[in-house]
Amino acid sequence: MIEGALWRKWVFFYLPMALFLIFLLFPFYWMVITSVRPDGELYRPWNSVNYNPFWTWKPTLDHFRYLFEETLFAAWLWNTMFIALASTAISLVCGVFAGYALSRLNFPFAGSLGTGIFITYLVPQTLLFIPLAEIIRNYRLGDTPWSLILTYPTFLIPFCTWLMMGYFKAVPKELEECARIDGASRWQAMLYIVIPVAIPGILSAGIFAFTLSWNEFIYALVFLSSPEQKTVPVGVTSELIRGDVFFWGPLMAGALLGSIPVAIAYSFFVEHYVAGLTGSVKG
Amino acid sequence: MAITSVATTAYGEPPPPRRNRIFEDERWLAFALLVPTMVLLGLFIAYPFVRGILLSVTDSRVGVPGNFVGLANFYKIFNDSIFRTSVYNTFLYTGVTTVFKLALGLWLAMLLNRHFRGKAFTRAFILLPFIIPTVLSTFAWKWMFDPTFSVLNWTLYHLGLITGRINWLGDPDLAMISIMVINIWRGVPFFAISLLAGLQTISPELNEAAAIDGAKPLQRFWYITWPLLLPVTMVVVLFSVIQTFADFQIVYVMTGGGPANATHLFATYAYQIGIGTGLLSEGAAISLAMFPVLFLVVIIQLLYIRRVEVR
Repeated sequence: MIEGALWRKWVFFYLPMALFLIFLLFPFYWMVITSVRPDGELYRPWNSVNYNPFWTWKPTLDHFRYLFEETLFAAWLWNTMFIALASTAISLVCGVFAGYALSRLNFPFAGSLGTGIFITYLVPQTLLFIPLAEIIRNYRLGDTPWSLILTYPTFLIPFCTWLMMGYFKAVPKELEECARIDGASRWQAMLYIVIPVAIPGILSAGIFAFTLSWNEFIYALVFLSSPEQKTVPVGVTSELIRGDVFFWGPLMAGALLGSIPVAIAYSFFVEHYVAGLTGSVKG
Repeated sequence: MAITSVATTAYGEPPPPRRNRIFEDERWLAFALLVPTMVLLGLFIAYPFVRGILLSVTDSRVGVPGNFVGLANFYKIFNDSIFRTSVYNTFLYTGVTTVFKLALGLWLAMLLNRHFRGKAFTRAFILLPFIIPTVLSTFAWKWMFDPTFSVLNWTLYHLGLITGRINWLGDPDLAMISIMVINIWRGVPFFAISLLAGLQTISPELNEAAAIDGAKPLQRFWYITWPLLLPVTMVVVLFSVIQTFADFQIVYVMTGGGPANATHLFATYAYQIGIGTGLLSEGAAISLAMFPVLFLVVIIQLLYIRRVEVR
């Protein structure tokens, strides 16, 4: 705590904290208020008289109605959910297995494999999207959810593996040895003894992977072309803008609704998410 | 009868199934556990990487398999003024935003690293910019920066700071600043929460001891907190540099590289050339031009992690 007078506490703590909160959260407030504001109020020039942009007395749900009746937003939500859940599940299985092998088993090249996976963790999607688009087309996966379900694990698995390695290393060797003495096979010891102990890590990896795949943009933008196949970020970007005309009401309503599933998932697992986030950089 | 069957299961153990016997060997089990990961990473990272290099030395377009042209694509892009602008922009964007993200993130982390009411709540809310899909939150910013209906202009005007409207995204410099602001906005929570985790591992007794010895707050920060925080800071900064250097979404949504191609980054320009215009090989070359820098950062990071682990 800052020692000394009360004013110091206000100047050095409350004021900067308030400014940070306004800076970080105002765009979300703006999203919400725009999404319930009638069009007539929305498109008033910023310098018109008696105009208060921060509040509305005539909230409307028209923009949300437009979204569900005139666009394929519901399909985009469903696509995004399906893709995020499927790619998270694949990444978790792969990441837990790989993390177990790399942290608890002795085999040749374990060290270099670990380094290799760490390097792929740092490969950004924008480095490979053009050749990958060609490969997706050659495998005839283009414009299907599978193009994303199979490619998202490339940036999720390394992260899950890395995080799980940390959790598995913390499980004492004796625990597994006890089970082995009682007659469990290696496979059983892993499945029934070590993995259950690492469940908090699996939750962290899972929630983090889910938000990452919900967030992904460039692969979805390049691999999907028909409107009904798109994910929320791509659908909102390409279908709610006609040429130069932005439909701000529906756009903000879409941005809000598209954010809610991740926000809910996040709010249930804040602690796990934070553990995943900090674990992902600490290793 | 019943007694004998109990006896056989208890003493005469049946041989375990063959699958289990193989997995009793550590090497086979490790191999089996790593296969799915290796297949996916091989197919969708290693193979595309090789394909990308091969693509960049041909002249293929969408639907037209190309011929080998050597380094012509690289020669062409290095003489392309838009590409040069993108290189400059990418370095500027990465440098400026990283400095701000680190400074603000550290400040926020120090604010959060003390006891106050609603701390858990505040921390949860602060991470929102990092959680919410970037494209969607960038649209909120785009609407805030809208030339005609900008709430920022409204606020600045009513505070008496400006007299006319500011065309945020119409001027190359202002557009670049706007994009940087959004990147900083999105990155500060990540820095703050990661650094907060680092701060929490520093024993408060160290600071108290120094305070008793008469060290001023600034000295305590510089001689105690900062050195102890450096390992976490390094990893967070390197990680963020890679992400920022290869950024795509913010620029794609805010300006699309405009006005007049003045705000392109590597990734957005590669997209415009490779996917927009269909010059696959040239786009692949632009993407790959990022590789040397990314490679360097990854090497630094690996060496650094190794050094920290050895200590």
